[in-house]
Amino acid sequence: MDQALPPFQAFLEEHLEAVRAFLRGMVGPTDAEDCLQETFIAALRAYPRAHSGNLRAWVFTIARRKAIDHQRSRSREYPTADVEQVVDRANSAPPADAGIGMSPRHSAIWAAVAELPPGQRAAVVLRFAVDLRYREVGEALGTSEDAARRSVHEGLKKLRRSAAELKEMTT
Amino acid sequence: MNDFVEQLAARASDEGLLDVAYATVDTPVGSVVVAATKRGLVRVALPGEELDGVLSSLAENVSPRVIAYPRRLDEARRELDEYFAGERQRFELPLDWSLSHAGFYRRVLRATAKVPFGDVITYSDAAKRAGSPRAFRAAGSALGSNPIPIVVPCHRVVRSGGDLGNYGGGPELKRYLLELEHAI
Repeated sequence: MDQALPPFQAFLEEHLEAVRAFLRGMVGPTDAEDCLQETFIAALRAYPRAHSGNLRAWVFTIARRKAIDHQRSRSREYPTADVEQVVDRANSAPPADAGIGMSPRHSAIWAAVAELPPGQRAAVVLRFAVDLRYREVGEALGTSEDAARRSVHEGLKKLRRSAAELKEMTT
Repeated sequence: MNDFVEQLAARASDEGLLDVAYATVDTPVGSVVVAATKRGLVRVALPGEELDGVLSSLAENVSPRVIAYPRRLDEARRELDEYFAGERQRFELPLDWSLSHAGFYRRVLRATAKVPFGDVITYSDAAKRAGSPRAFRAAGSALGSNPIPIVVPCHRVVRSGGDLGNYGGGPELKRYLLELEHAI
């Protein structure tokens, strides 16, 4: 049987920063706060029915859904760019969703991350921005550890290609 | 962290999702935790009770949707401040009795809630007022389980011999409250 659910306040304090880091990686720092509130409101709504066994994976599942909803509504406004446009956007300062105080190079990396397919992006962000282990990435994405590892590797391969192109264009 | 929690709690409260709001009040006897549902004040935790334990028990016995949201407790905090400053003799707060056992226990607590500032009654008085004159031991247990101390003034129930009897917050606190009320 599941243990009793912790008070929502404790759940919130435990996961807030990790979910914030995840959403920053998924939708950029400007929109992350809105998604963060949507995530925890949705979590609160469903909380009494949650299983106390793995609340972290549960809240990341909600956050990922909110990030994807957000991107869908965004992509109706801005159709998907190709790598060249990404690099252009990264070079024109400051890109729309760059964080304050980010170096151009840093924002270029995030712009490239933002262009990954949602599953790979979520995996890369969970692995490197939230610092989860592959098993935990898999739990948060509802896939196996192996599938999580593959998504991260595919994502990294694409990022390396973007980085190489970025280097070519900026040097 | 705090801005985010405050905004989240405000929205949760507007959308009817905040089942239990809590806050802490600094008093001359230490930090007191107060918690309210949509119906009213449901819990007062005296100094010495750990916040984590209080919140866990609210999560388990009322609802796990527990968030810090002092705004819902503004009135309770104000009345407690006034009480400890000697400026208030009666609390005028809606109460949520859901943490007390329905039946005899709750009848004892409701009867105790009517004992006025400055007065004391005995455990057998409390039992009598709850409709079971001989059940003074059970009345003691009911008072010991009071989820809303101070506001439901179980400190005003004392032993018949003049001894103050037990108190959840410790006998010194019971004496302090009764002296504040000029009852002893």
